[in-house]
Amino acid sequence: MKSVRSITVPIPTKASTGITGFDEITGGGLPRARTTLLVGGPGSGKTILALQFLVHGAQVCKEPGIFVAFEETSKRIVANAESFGWKLAELRRKKLFFMDAHPTPDLIQSGDFDLGGMLAALEAQIEVMSARRIVFDALDIVLALLPDTAAKRREIYRLHEWLLARELTGVITLRASGNETSAVSQQPFGFMQFMLDCVVILNHCVVMGVSQRNLRVQKYRGSGFDEDELPFVIGKGGFDVAIARALGGVDAKATNERVTSGVKRLDTMLGGGYYRGASVLITGFPGTAKTTLSAAFAEAACRRGERTLFISFDSDGTEVIRNLASVGIQLERYVKNGLLRMISARTITGSAETYLVRIKTLAKEHRARCLVIDPISILSKSGNELTAHSVVERLIDWSKAAGTTLVCTSLLDEMSGQSEGASPLQISMLADTWIHLNYLVQAGERNRGISIIKSRGMAHSNQVRELILSDVGVTLADTYTAGGEVLMGTLRWEKERSERVANEASEVAGKLKRVRLDAEEAELEVRVKSLQTELVAKQVEKALLARATESRKGELSRGRTRMEELRGADAAIPGPK
Amino acid sequence: MRRFRDRSEPAMNRSAKFKFRLYVADDAPNSAQAVANLSALCRTHLPDRHEIEVVDVFREPKRALADRIFMTPTLVKLAPSPVLRIVGTLSRIQPVLQALGLEISAA
Repeated sequence: MKSVRSITVPIPTKASTGITGFDEITGGGLPRARTTLLVGGPGSGKTILALQFLVHGAQVCKEPGIFVAFEETSKRIVANAESFGWKLAELRRKKLFFMDAHPTPDLIQSGDFDLGGMLAALEAQIEVMSARRIVFDALDIVLALLPDTAAKRREIYRLHEWLLARELTGVITLRASGNETSAVSQQPFGFMQFMLDCVVILNHCVVMGVSQRNLRVQKYRGSGFDEDELPFVIGKGGFDVAIARALGGVDAKATNERVTSGVKRLDTMLGGGYYRGASVLITGFPGTAKTTLSAAFAEAACRRGERTLFISFDSDGTEVIRNLASVGIQLERYVKNGLLRMISARTITGSAETYLVRIKTLAKEHRARCLVIDPISILSKSGNELTAHSVVERLIDWSKAAGTTLVCTSLLDEMSGQSEGASPLQISMLADTWIHLNYLVQAGERNRGISIIKSRGMAHSNQVRELILSDVGVTLADTYTAGGEVLMGTLRWEKERSERVANEASEVAGKLKRVRLDAEEAELEVRVKSLQTELVAKQVEKALLARATESRKGELSRGRTRMEELRGADAAIPGPK
Repeated sequence: MRRFRDRSEPAMNRSAKFKFRLYVADDAPNSAQAVANLSALCRTHLPDRHEIEVVDVFREPKRALADRIFMTPTLVKLAPSPVLRIVGTLSRIQPVLQALGLEISAA
């Protein structure tokens, strides 16, 4: 058994970058012992990506690295990277070396030269720290100093050969002019794209005033990769590449646990509440109590003791709390005891990607089990139309994977007509449960109606209910259908009242009848009793009579006998006198 | 700036010794060229008042690292001050002479 073990452990063919999303799309990172070309315009994040690759190597993979800086001084790079919390100062001693190779402005150049000096110097440094990773940042700067194309080509080959021979995992960054990444191939060193094993293109553009960053793996020899242009953001911890869950990824575990929506009758309509970890969409026009409904959920979650994050994109947290208190939803105490975190994001601008990253970070920080986003439709505001849909997809995917129950509201545009499905983000397709709030204008009133449009995996009511806000909270009332029309508000109340009156009348009538019957019964009973008494009297009378007759008969016979005796054997007298 | 020039000008023109250090990469063609070009330049413009040290970065890589030599060949003029760096084979003589302040005597 042991001999089997001693066979050399296969060295992973990829060097992890530690960048969320990037390792996933490349199947593990950059090609090990090969060189990757990183191309991007100004401010596209080349240096940060390259540096993160080194930092991750030094911190996590035990692969020390060297950063060769042609563009900026190492001091500035370190200072800029400080904000990502990478602790460079600590790493710099042994695991991360910065080589300042930027040409000084007063450098005089005369005739041809090569990079032999740099490679020799690097050789020495690699030996000292046994470096495994190396980054050449903005190689084009030094290439530009070379007098002709042939020399540039020669130096690139030299560098490449050198990297391969030392089995270093290398990253070379090149500045592309503007956003035209295709322009790189026209540059004298454009052939690098063909020569190197992996090419990653970073793109930074502005759509309707909103900055959008994209990353694309153009080629990756000997490996599959995600070929799409993927949005990314540079966040607090560095790069964050947005990826949808890969095919064949592990599904989130679905549970049968239900959580209350915070409204009792809505739970009943849903057959017990939302599923834990489900995503719930509440759509409706302005003022249809979307926020209230979502806050009812948040309150119920806090009451269960679950950490909850409430992100409001249209009001301040304190305003939301005050407004909700007026309908009997008390959130303040949960904010005070830390269960609930209210985030007001009214003035935050940025791309939908940025929002997603921020939401994810906040939720992680708060360890939220329940998340409310009010409204999510803000993500599709101008400049983000193209990306918002995919952002929401990933938001839902992420919340499912994390087991977070997500309740989002979505504002429907009054102008988009009354069609129910016209959610601009089309997230109605993605959500597990979709509750729609609507106004019903009828008889001079505007009433709120609630209905469940869909709810996956649970039996749910098909009824439209009236949503009533009062100072004790949210309640749902039955609606009446009369003559094919749904009655709400005062009409419903009137209908209810008339029914109540009719009920009362019939009740009274019933009572009256019972009393009358009782009386009749009593009367009959009395009559029965008197008749019985009479009967007894008659019977007694009859008995008396019988006895009297008997005794008289006896008397008579006795008397006759006595008389006969007295008369002394008198002849029998015919009848008494 | 002005003071600076006052001090260096007379020195340059007459007896001041030029101290050069030339970093080369082994026997690379452009390094060899630089050595040849520098010797020729010194012979012509600085007879008997120059000193050349040749450093091979492959033999002394740590020195290259410490001195921040990334391109070879690199010529460093150590004296007279200021320290000056010239990269390349030194085949374009004019800018080199200009940088060394030897233009006048060359003309």
